[in-house]
Amino acid sequence: MVGQGCKGASLVPVSGLQSGLVLTSYLKGIEMDLAVIVALDVVNGAASLFLLCLGLAIIFGMMRIINLAHGEFVMLGAYATVVSANAGLNIWIAMLVVAPAFVALVGLVVERCLIRFLYGRLIDSMLATWGLSLFIVGFVTTIFGNTTKGVPTPLGGFSVGAYRTSYYTLFLLAMALVAAGIIYALMRHTRFGLIARATMQNPEMAAKLGVNPARIYMMTFTLGAALSGLAGGLLAPVSGITPVMGAAYIAKAFITVVGGGAAILSGTVAASSLFGFINQLGAYFTTPVYGEVILFTSAIILIRLLPQGISGRFFKGQL
Amino acid sequence: MTRNHKLIAQALAVLVAIVVVALAPGYLDLFTVMQLTLFASMAVLSLSLAFIWGFGGILSFGQSAFFGLGGYAYAVAVGNFGDSTPAIVLAILVPALFAGALGYFVFYGRISDVYLGVITLTVTLILFNVVNSTAGNEYTIGSVRLGGFNGIPAIQTFNMPFDPSDILYPEHAWWVTGGLLIVVYLGLRLLIGSTFGRIAIAVRENETRAALLGYDPRLVKLGVFVIGGAIAGLAGALYVNWGAFVGPTIFSLSLSAEIIIWITVGSLGTLVGPILGCVLIQYLVSQIGTQQTFNSNLVLGVILVGFVLLLPKGIVLSIQQAFEHLAYWWGQRKSTLPSSSLDVPAMEGEKG
Repeated sequence: MVGQGCKGASLVPVSGLQSGLVLTSYLKGIEMDLAVIVALDVVNGAASLFLLCLGLAIIFGMMRIINLAHGEFVMLGAYATVVSANAGLNIWIAMLVVAPAFVALVGLVVERCLIRFLYGRLIDSMLATWGLSLFIVGFVTTIFGNTTKGVPTPLGGFSVGAYRTSYYTLFLLAMALVAAGIIYALMRHTRFGLIARATMQNPEMAAKLGVNPARIYMMTFTLGAALSGLAGGLLAPVSGITPVMGAAYIAKAFITVVGGGAAILSGTVAASSLFGFINQLGAYFTTPVYGEVILFTSAIILIRLLPQGISGRFFKGQL
Repeated sequence: MTRNHKLIAQALAVLVAIVVVALAPGYLDLFTVMQLTLFASMAVLSLSLAFIWGFGGILSFGQSAFFGLGGYAYAVAVGNFGDSTPAIVLAILVPALFAGALGYFVFYGRISDVYLGVITLTVTLILFNVVNSTAGNEYTIGSVRLGGFNGIPAIQTFNMPFDPSDILYPEHAWWVTGGLLIVVYLGLRLLIGSTFGRIAIAVRENETRAALLGYDPRLVKLGVFVIGGAIAGLAGALYVNWGAFVGPTIFSLSLSAEIIIWITVGSLGTLVGPILGCVLIQYLVSQIGTQQTFNSNLVLGVILVGFVLLLPKGIVLSIQQAFEHLAYWWGQRKSTLPSSSLDVPAMEGEKG
């Protein structure tokens, strides 16, 4: 990149002093471009992390159930996208409609057959969903084999100075904002949201007022699963899709949700911004592997300092 | 049965186990003995989590961190010293120290439940990532290259204490591994029966009440955690001795998950159950490997979900309960002494 800059400078026939000035401004431009690219990376990391965590956060925040099969829900969303896109369906429909709808259906079945017996049993629900995740991995491996699949990234790219990046990065950011907006509106301004929040706060009182908590839990779990599927669909074009890809996501999503605390939106937004920032900067200054190590280490320290999560400390009682 | 009868029966069971371990190589072929050595080293690992989860109430989602640290500590130490005696000691000490540091950080921060789970899980992932990226000559401890993703091959196996020229044969390795399994089991039984064990169970049952009685739950949990880490480290050394190889997948999440499955299947809150569950599941997985229809993850997942939903107490406690019901029914039919055994809570410290 610096080489390119020098080449550009040498093409300009000017005196030594002037060429020095041109070179400096050129390098400054490159630094600016680099800063823009790194900033885009950071925003992209935070947005992906937010999309990845939202489904888990809703299920954890509303029902105090840790869904350890969350990574596999994401994986199923990605597979649904790949399979339907390869079958000739429009990629946008595959990502935005098929993936969430399919995983919502899976979530509904899982809630009816498994999760509803485990409300209030935190450890058992963790074990059962872990078993479920192993089952889904085995099942998908049996059907699709242990190979990497993928779909081409839609939208193309654009240049920032000497660097290129894709419009898809910006699209992910937009989708994260849209998803956050929809969840906020749903929880804040609809009857379902009101009832769901009431059930979350006090299921017995809600039941006395004529709400069926089991129904609300079922709908919330399905909603969480749909969001996981959406995340899988959106991340499908930018990740290698294998049956075991969920394992890479679950730990990140898990620490982000726990680090964020009980408030679904504000906690997840705060934690995923913070962790996305740390991860991308760490990866930029060292290697992607150590970026993750730095992320995990800082997450552990955060949980140690704020056992109730960020929202338990700063956004108490908010959505 | 009175307490004395129980003790005699259990002593007999241990005696039978010792005889089986001693005679097995004479009756089984070498492959089976090697397979049993692997199962026994994994059973030691199973006991480590059975102790901290079943009797300390600490669910660690990353017990394989200590297992892996033990394995790597042994591999590095034996490569440098050329003698397995100090290497085994280090394989126990290093994970114990690590568990001490991590446990201090966690328990003195009063972190519990989900948060403990997420931290142990994350630590395992960190170790995996770090060890996985140690490829290249710059990552060398003494004369041993860590090897990154490829692991450390051709590790020297156990020798007679302080005599590196006398390397143990596979049969001897089986005696060491099987013998240590019995020693660890007996040691844990004694520990659980001791004052410390009883306090640990009290803390598991009700932390606040134990604290109000004057015990420090943080210290007790830390002690339990360190002992569990040390045992897992020993298991790591035994495992490396079996395979003469250690790689970063020893830190994998799937191994941590499998330990939890062993205990859930065997019965949480016992010591025999987790050994039994470990051997059963290991045998099952090795059998699944011989055919193509079913994926082992699929089967393990179904087993775990099935046990949590249908048999949450696990095999050993369920069988015990069934026998107690039978005895009660038998006693009622003959209308003799009323059975008191049904009043015993399911998670009693004496069992297993």
